[in-house]
Amino acid sequence: MKTAVINLDQVSKEYIDAANKITRRVVICAGTGCVANGALKVYDAFLSETSAAGVDVVTELRAEETKGDLRISRSGCQGFCQMGPLVTIEPEGILYTRVKPEDAAEIVRTTLIEGALVDRLLYVDPVSGTRCTGTAEIPFYARQSRTVLKKCGHIDPEDIIEYIAAEGYTAAREAYTRMTPQTICEEILHSGLRGRGGGGFPTGRKWDLTRKQPGPKKYVICNGDEGDPGAFMDRSVMEGNPHSVIEGMMIAARAIGADEGYVYVRAEYPLAVSRIRKAVTDAEAMGLLGDNVFGTEHSFHIDVMEGAGAFVCGEETALIGSIEGKRGMPLPKPPFPAQSGLFGKPTVINNVETLASVPIIMRMGAAEFRSYGTESSPGTKTFALTGHVVNTGLIEVPFGATLREIVYNIGGGVTNDRGEVTGESFKAVQIGGPSGGCLTEEHLELPLDFDSLKGVGAMVGSGGLVVMNKQTCMVRMARYFMQFTQNESCGKCVLCREGTKQMLALLDDIIEGNATGHTLEMLEKLAIAVQKGSLCGLGKTAPNPILSLMRHFRAEYEAHVHQKRCPAGECKALAIPEIDPEKCKGCTMCAKKCPVGAISGEVKKPHVISAEVCIKCGACVAACKFDAVML
Amino acid sequence: MPSNQELNMPQTLNKNTQSLRQFKKVCEILDRYDHDQAKLIPILQQVQHEYRYLPEEVLTYVATSLGLPPARVFGVATFYAHFALKPKGKYTIRLCDGTACHVKKSIPILEALYKRLSLSENKNTTPDMLFTVETVSCLGACGLAPVMVVNDEVRGQVTPEAAVKLVEDIIASEGSK
Repeated sequence: MKTAVINLDQVSKEYIDAANKITRRVVICAGTGCVANGALKVYDAFLSETSAAGVDVVTELRAEETKGDLRISRSGCQGFCQMGPLVTIEPEGILYTRVKPEDAAEIVRTTLIEGALVDRLLYVDPVSGTRCTGTAEIPFYARQSRTVLKKCGHIDPEDIIEYIAAEGYTAAREAYTRMTPQTICEEILHSGLRGRGGGGFPTGRKWDLTRKQPGPKKYVICNGDEGDPGAFMDRSVMEGNPHSVIEGMMIAARAIGADEGYVYVRAEYPLAVSRIRKAVTDAEAMGLLGDNVFGTEHSFHIDVMEGAGAFVCGEETALIGSIEGKRGMPLPKPPFPAQSGLFGKPTVINNVETLASVPIIMRMGAAEFRSYGTESSPGTKTFALTGHVVNTGLIEVPFGATLREIVYNIGGGVTNDRGEVTGESFKAVQIGGPSGGCLTEEHLELPLDFDSLKGVGAMVGSGGLVVMNKQTCMVRMARYFMQFTQNESCGKCVLCREGTKQMLALLDDIIEGNATGHTLEMLEKLAIAVQKGSLCGLGKTAPNPILSLMRHFRAEYEAHVHQKRCPAGECKALAIPEIDPEKCKGCTMCAKKCPVGAISGEVKKPHVISAEVCIKCGACVAACKFDAVML
Repeated sequence: MPSNQELNMPQTLNKNTQSLRQFKKVCEILDRYDHDQAKLIPILQQVQHEYRYLPEEVLTYVATSLGLPPARVFGVATFYAHFALKPKGKYTIRLCDGTACHVKKSIPILEALYKRLSLSENKNTTPDMLFTVETVSCLGACGLAPVMVVNDEVRGQVTPEAAVKLVEDIIASEGSK
């Protein structure tokens, strides 16, 4: 099928002309977070309320239909998920938070018609207590540096024309019509772009290696199997700006000489799957994808594949196996996918965020890209900031930003279990998910980049930052990650398959108070053995959380083992029962039942349990008729 | 196509015609993917979409049609977490136990659901086939932790009480039908 070559400038000009007639725009966030909070109902409410108020509205901007000067559209993730559904009013840049469908009428009347603010829907900064009208005043946004996410949360992800109007696909056109594969690889190499999926391998070098492979058939794969629990950057990019990913894949394809590409998306991200699918269909309809791209002799086709729920498929050789219709089991490297990948052909496999960065680099130039971030890690990085922080959501900062900046300035501080912000709640941050490590108070000033994190036994990973407060038990945290990797181990390597099971059992011993003096030593030995004896990244990094947590919180582990005590108070088996003096009638039942005589007290007066003597058998709890003994 | 007996089809007339119709669907799915062995995973996904699980006889049928050993197809079906070899309930409740949800106390929600529905990790579907309760590693809606998905509807900032109430509401609405 041959389509006429698309004139991007013409499409873009028509759109901008039409857009110039629009004086106001209401952007309703339709990322997964806001949709879960009812954003689509808010969108419908805006449409019905504006029509009730007699205001003409444009929902899809095309040259021929420009009735009305108000546009209502949906966007991808605006990042501030916790405060959703979010509604932005442009050009003023007013941001309304936690908008309900019932609020639409008031916003239409007060803001759109009368031009005033609806105070109660504005974000209130919990630190200063001031109401913030727009993103520029909200610390969560003001301190970020949005590059890859710049268009996410602004443009309509389902409208290819809007992407084109924002210079979209011009970098791909440049790559296909004016550049050679070699110059593209050089440009990316100069930019210093490193893979955002975790490893941090230079993207330009990966492309160049694949480019030099002989043979007419090569593949590009976009790895959207973002399996790290606590990370959702790739989901947000695929949902918020799917065309940037496709454009990145086109440039990669041109650079290596591929004519076929796959986007592999986790099945847990249904919205990302449907948006990427629509983006591919739209790009095909416009003649951007298909045969004779931009009128050249090159063709490029993209297929979208949904994952089937296996964390290990984030590993490139396992992912390739999965596309081939096999079990996702990693293969030894070499051969690298660049030499022999999908169906045995040279393959470039890049992460979503990496590919979305490519068109940006091509448009701004390698030199400007290098002006962000640090020398060895140029550019910006998106992080998913979650856990015990005030502001959870999607953020983007230059490499080299400190942990303090992220947790305290953007995140707004650490909360305790009751949700209150206190200066003393910070305990640790887990970075890089189940393959990463933890950062503690001593690392608050550490500039985050690939190399500095490696130096302290952590890794950027895909970019999940989970903040933990003082009430979080670090042994249970290690157990949580171990449970995850044990579940997800594909079973190929004995050390990973059996080792993770044994490490989990050892952690259970610690949590249940059955650990002996040898447990920690055995755990450490086993962890190192699993690191050494596993084939792929999953097994090699599975022990990282344990080693990292044990290094930084040794005392907490020892308290569990030697004193049978959980300093965070989370491990129920180690908790010593307490008698509530208010409820205790002094009946002495518990003291009589206690096998070790740990309970003392006078008749008809509240009793107490001696922590030193108690063996935590629970007999006293069962014996008490007044529910006065609590675990 | 093999006869109904060979495929272990239910014997009642009504169910029989229904099963046959659905088997036609399997053939359609296989045709849509050109009987391509590499498309095994999308094929199984479509089949599961049709049946809500992967019945054993259908897996064998798919294997034969694609020219693959049944062991290979079973291997794939058991490897990936999304494939279910046992029927699931009408309402699948998936509770996120990603790191963010975990630290925001997702396990008490799971325990509350298990208790209300008398389920456990090993027995996760109710005998009346109304509910299946399972955990997933991360739904990517960490900003709203803890998160729960009922069929395809995402619910954020869930509490054990809210989860149980939701189950009660579904039971009430199903009972009144």
